[in-house]
Amino acid sequence: MPDADRFSLSDLPPLRVAADYWSLRWVDEARESYAVRKNVALPFHASRDRGAMATVHAHGGYGYAATGDTTPAGLAAALERAAELARATARFALVDSRTLPRSAARGEYASPAARVQARSRRDWYELLMRESRAAPPDPRIVDWDAGADVVDTTHRLVTSEGGDVVQHFRFLLAGMSVTAHAGGVTQTRTLNGHRGICQQGGDEILGRFAFDGAMRRIAEEALELIGAPNCPSGTMDVLLMPDQMILQIHESIGHPLELDRILGDERNFAGTSFVTPEMFGTYRYGSDLLNVHFDPTVGEELASYGWDDEGAPAERVHLIRNGILERPLGGATSQLRAGLPGTSNARADNWNRPPIDRMANLNIEPGDATFGAMVAGIERGVLMETNCSWSIDDSRNKFQFGCERGRLIDNGKLGAVVRNPNYRGISANFWRSLASVGDAGTVQVLGSPYCGKGEPSQVIRVGHASPACVFRNVAVFGGEQ
Amino acid sequence: MVPREDTAAAATMESYFDDVAAALDGLVAGGESYTAWFSGEASEFVRFNRGKVRQPGTVVQRYVDVDLILGARHASHRLSLSGNLAADRERLRAAVASLRAALPDLDPDPHLLVATDVVSTRAARGGPLPPVDSVVDAVLGAARGEDLVGLYAGGPIYRGFANSSGQRNWHETQSCNLQWSLYLRSDKAVKSTLSGFAWDDALLSAKMDAARASLAQLALPAKTLAPGKYRVFLSPAALEDIAGLLSWGGFSARALETRQGSLSRMRSTDGGGAGALLDPRVTISEGTARGVAPAFQSEGFARPAKVALIEGGRLVGALVSPRTAREFSLTANGANCDEAPESLEMAGGALHASEALDALGTGLYIGNLHYLNYSDRPACRMTGMTRFATFWVEEGKIVAPVNVLRFDDTIFRMLGENLEALTTETELILETGTYRERALASMRLPGALLSELAFTL
Repeated sequence: MPDADRFSLSDLPPLRVAADYWSLRWVDEARESYAVRKNVALPFHASRDRGAMATVHAHGGYGYAATGDTTPAGLAAALERAAELARATARFALVDSRTLPRSAARGEYASPAARVQARSRRDWYELLMRESRAAPPDPRIVDWDAGADVVDTTHRLVTSEGGDVVQHFRFLLAGMSVTAHAGGVTQTRTLNGHRGICQQGGDEILGRFAFDGAMRRIAEEALELIGAPNCPSGTMDVLLMPDQMILQIHESIGHPLELDRILGDERNFAGTSFVTPEMFGTYRYGSDLLNVHFDPTVGEELASYGWDDEGAPAERVHLIRNGILERPLGGATSQLRAGLPGTSNARADNWNRPPIDRMANLNIEPGDATFGAMVAGIERGVLMETNCSWSIDDSRNKFQFGCERGRLIDNGKLGAVVRNPNYRGISANFWRSLASVGDAGTVQVLGSPYCGKGEPSQVIRVGHASPACVFRNVAVFGGEQ
Repeated sequence: MVPREDTAAAATMESYFDDVAAALDGLVAGGESYTAWFSGEASEFVRFNRGKVRQPGTVVQRYVDVDLILGARHASHRLSLSGNLAADRERLRAAVASLRAALPDLDPDPHLLVATDVVSTRAARGGPLPPVDSVVDAVLGAARGEDLVGLYAGGPIYRGFANSSGQRNWHETQSCNLQWSLYLRSDKAVKSTLSGFAWDDALLSAKMDAARASLAQLALPAKTLAPGKYRVFLSPAALEDIAGLLSWGGFSARALETRQGSLSRMRSTDGGGAGALLDPRVTISEGTARGVAPAFQSEGFARPAKVALIEGGRLVGALVSPRTAREFSLTANGANCDEAPESLEMAGGALHASEALDALGTGLYIGNLHYLNYSDRPACRMTGMTRFATFWVEEGKIVAPVNVLRFDDTIFRMLGENLEALTTETELILETGTYRERALASMRLPGALLSELAFTL
């Protein structure tokens, strides 16, 4: 049985069904997971997931068939099944597949350190156990853990136009968490959120985030939080750190700009968008300080690649320039449907789901404000870090987000730590209140392995890089005391 | 058009799994044992938008999770299988060899609990489904002229368990699930679901007619409500969203033991005082006997027919996985490692559903909620949005659709001091999730009348 990167087109029997275009997309993903909880090593877990999706355009219709059988016979059968579906549903097709672009892309892409020998199993457990044991022996600490996943993935896309793209990815997903409890108050602190360290590459990623030694710091912060006052309520400024900014970008810029949402595909599930096609080119999305790129070319960022899953080459493009909305997040099919320019972001989370519009890497460009200057410029406000709660309406407009840790800012100075900092707003107004954008020294390259969307549903990796940012006059509030 | 692998798989998947288990039996060495969890499906998916077909496809997948155990050391490997037994035997051999090589690197696991009672079971439900092109014809025919968007998912779903003690469990369901929305304009829509173990054209027509009737109500001028507290009726579908969030750690024994559960306040306090209460009419259980989830969990433990969770408003139980049982000296009760309900049931009350609008009088009828999350987890305060068919009601009559609103309130107020009534009738709602695989879970819920719910945006 040939693996994805060893398969040759000559292995495939000729298609029996006429097709205008076809593609085969293999995914072969190996994962090793390590975790230590409360100084107990959790059982080692590995996985290997291999399969392929056949896609066929025939008679103006479109069909896909996904199979775990990647023998030549299995792939041929999947192509036949996809062709049958394309023919059977062609008269109801939303899009005439004869008009869709066909990929002839050829090439290879690899993550940083994609082929470097990973840290050994023993070394992982030693590192994670050392961190776990660094949690202070305080009875108020009721739970803690550290863990990491190392993921090696190969994608290959072969098309009837002669396209042949092979991409090798190495992902590292790591995190740690501490929960403290006393006097009826429970607080959890993490390192940038669950699996908050997520980039492409090898061990160097841990160094970027000072993973070694982080457990003691977040444990002390969890203990501090259970004794901290509740976040005050009122209208005030917020200084959002990068590990909250990524959620703000994701939910209130990324999803509303997805062209398939704007075209209505997601209305039964993930939702629609307050953004409409006529807004592109003129709509003021945010203040002049807001500059947003779709950028799948940042080597270490989680959703970087050479080509998307339909074979469109990865390119960095401006989505929002000086606050004005320029283009949506839409792959070639959506671009054709909407008559708008887009991005190379038709992506699938695995071999068993079809490509749809995803945000990949979505980054805010740094400004020129130092962290100190941003704090100094706030008369009354709250610094918030590390997202722990997220909710937004189906048009991606009315949102409410919560963070693990806050710090009061009074008259330009950082003050006391507060717990349960939350804020709410409306996307269409919120970005216009962007008052200050941090400089490159405040930027972190982060992301999430858990972006959910689609029917059938998919969980995909997305990257977000952001500086710290200040927003004026935001509705802030705390928890239930 | 009949999906080829679908019909073939229905006849052979169980024997294929038996062959996989037999292969594993032959791979373990002296002193070793294994457990194996199998999940597979042969699914037809048709995605609709604008009353047309957006993406039709099929997915055939088979996965097995093998846990290799030697003394107290163990490690697991999840692998996809091809369906070709010769090739899959080689994959299994390689997986077991890699696990065997890993064991010396691992510490003994103090929280390993292995099922020792050999309880083999078999369950199969559902019959053949129509070819997918017939389903497409039926759906688009029934929705002719409407802006329909949604997903059809149909075909067999399989779950299996095997271990080296000879236990074999098999759970096979042939089901279909059509979820769709009819859109009037922008975000004004009616969502409907047709789920079951057989395709029913007549029921599709009836549900489509009902959705069209609701669309007419959505055509009324929409009302925008200011933030504040409003009297509400939550439909069973809306209550499903709330119960779904509660299922995220609310009933987990591990979360409760480590004070991270959203219902931790229902346990006795640090000083030994009484825990927080819900309304005495609130009774919630994990009702495997009446659900669609398998009667066994992934490590081979049998699930009781029912696990009481909340009775008379008091927290009386939790879902305990084998690992949590060992760690906290509890008794395992069939939960998987995430300790989330898969067959949650909430008892009905005294309000007949047909009288719900009259009982509401003036207030909000909430058909669906959206994107819930905890705004203060330890206090079980949650926030989320209204969605789809949500109406303003005056004197028991629907008078206007309502533009989306954000609520933010605690479960202790919603199902405690502010709970006025639960409907007598409960509705079986099949989980429609398709992340990674088609879900096999359900909830059985009433509607709920609340004297007030806090809306903030």
